[in-house]
Amino acid sequence: MIRFEGVGKRYPGGITALAELTFAVESGEMVVLSGHSGAGKSTLLKLIPAIERPSSGSVVVNGQNVSQLKRAAVPYLRRSIGMVFQDQKLLFDRNVFDNVLLPLAIAGAAVRDAGRRVRAALDKVGLLEREKAMPVALSGGEQQRLAIARAVVARPAILIADEPTAHLDEATAADIAAMFHAFNQVGVTVLIATHNESAFAPYMTRRLSLAHGRLAS
Amino acid sequence: MKGRLLQHRQAAALALRRLLATPLNTVLGALVLGIALALPAGGEMMLANFQRLAKRIAATPQISVFMALDAKPAEVEDIEARLRRHAGTREVHLVKREDTLRRFRESEGLGEVIDSLPRNPFPDAFIVLPRDDAPAALEALREEFLGYPKVEHVQLDSAWVKKLDAFLRLARLAITLLAGVLGLALVAVTFNTIRLQILTQEAEIEVSRLLGATDAFIRRPFLYYGALQGLAGGVVAWIAVLVAFLLLRAPVAELIALYGIDFSLFILPMADSILLFGLAALLGWLGAWFSLSRHLSQ
Repeated sequence: MIRFEGVGKRYPGGITALAELTFAVESGEMVVLSGHSGAGKSTLLKLIPAIERPSSGSVVVNGQNVSQLKRAAVPYLRRSIGMVFQDQKLLFDRNVFDNVLLPLAIAGAAVRDAGRRVRAALDKVGLLEREKAMPVALSGGEQQRLAIARAVVARPAILIADEPTAHLDEATAADIAAMFHAFNQVGVTVLIATHNESAFAPYMTRRLSLAHGRLAS
Repeated sequence: MKGRLLQHRQAAALALRRLLATPLNTVLGALVLGIALALPAGGEMMLANFQRLAKRIAATPQISVFMALDAKPAEVEDIEARLRRHAGTREVHLVKREDTLRRFRESEGLGEVIDSLPRNPFPDAFIVLPRDDAPAALEALREEFLGYPKVEHVQLDSAWVKKLDAFLRLARLAITLLAGVLGLALVAVTFNTIRLQILTQEAEIEVSRLLGATDAFIRRPFLYYGALQGLAGGVVAWIAVLVAFLLLRAPVAELIALYGIDFSLFILPMADSILLFGLAALLGWLGAWFSLSRHLSQ
């Protein structure tokens, strides 16, 4: 599903974020990516939806070589991937429902169907009662669940999340981890970058460990 | 196809909501664009009216024959008979000096002036419709009539129509240039408005791109915004022209009646109105397009 082959990423100024990275995440797998901060976890995740391009090597997603994808093809790649961003990137000028609706509006889903799917996604993360609320009125955990609902509403085959349990208390983090596990159970390929491995420990997932831009184990 | 249409409807609705969300900005923007567009639009209305007027006059080339002030009635009758007999004339109207005096006295503002004159300043005159409209034939008639006894002055009305025509061509060019310059201003104003819009929607644009929005999807609501604002400017311009028309109609009709021409001012023709709205929307759209292209390529 996701294959990295000899991937390196150097930022301007000579900072090497990733080097000689080779690994694969199989379809239906759930993988936890761990490592100290600055190890390159975020950079690695950003290579998958072509937010960043590798300096060397190739990233293959769904049989498509992302590193060589034309600019015009990138939007369609991103629609097939659900993303939970480290800073969530919620839109604070619209309510919960409209935040979740955005990916469907972008994909052009018919309105009635879209409403049904938004509510289904909100139901899965337990926010159905808050659809009219503005994001600013939500707690940290609720905001994270909103970000997850938006990531899954278009039913992507791949779900990637960058530090989804950061700044959350233990119980809430465990809830969020359970949610990702539930999505994985219905066949979604899940890749999570976190330094809070203990929250995901109950699910016996495969672990990839990054240190200084290289795989440690 | 259906999905496409839906996306366009959603983008248009979003653009409309954004316009309505900041009513003061929207109204001020429409006023700026409207006033800029009102100048060429108003000029176009005046020009279209002039052209119709000129056409009506030019359609019937006339020769005005003015008698000397001291011409006796018998001499006038003699000339009238000669004009009627002439093979080159189709119709001859005698305009008696007393009638001319009465007509001017009846018109507002001139009555007192006329009354203060010691004697009738108007000569007897003939309006002659020639059989042949060709300029050379008209010129020949003019020469001939001028040779008649007691004929003081002969005027070819086609000469000033030609001058008017040249003037109208010049006016048309001036209005086209004005429209071009102000159209450019409209594009620039929209460019800036959309630039500010983009800055306030920065987060939405960024998130939309991350979620797989194409450039076209991001562009669409802004393009509709630019086009709608341009259209609003066009409507303001149209209303300004309408107001000018209502204010000018009565005085213009009065002035023209003095020349004995039956003519009333008309508002911008339908085709010109549609052209105004279409161009205003198109220029707004263009301004938005330039603004977005600049932003999206960054």
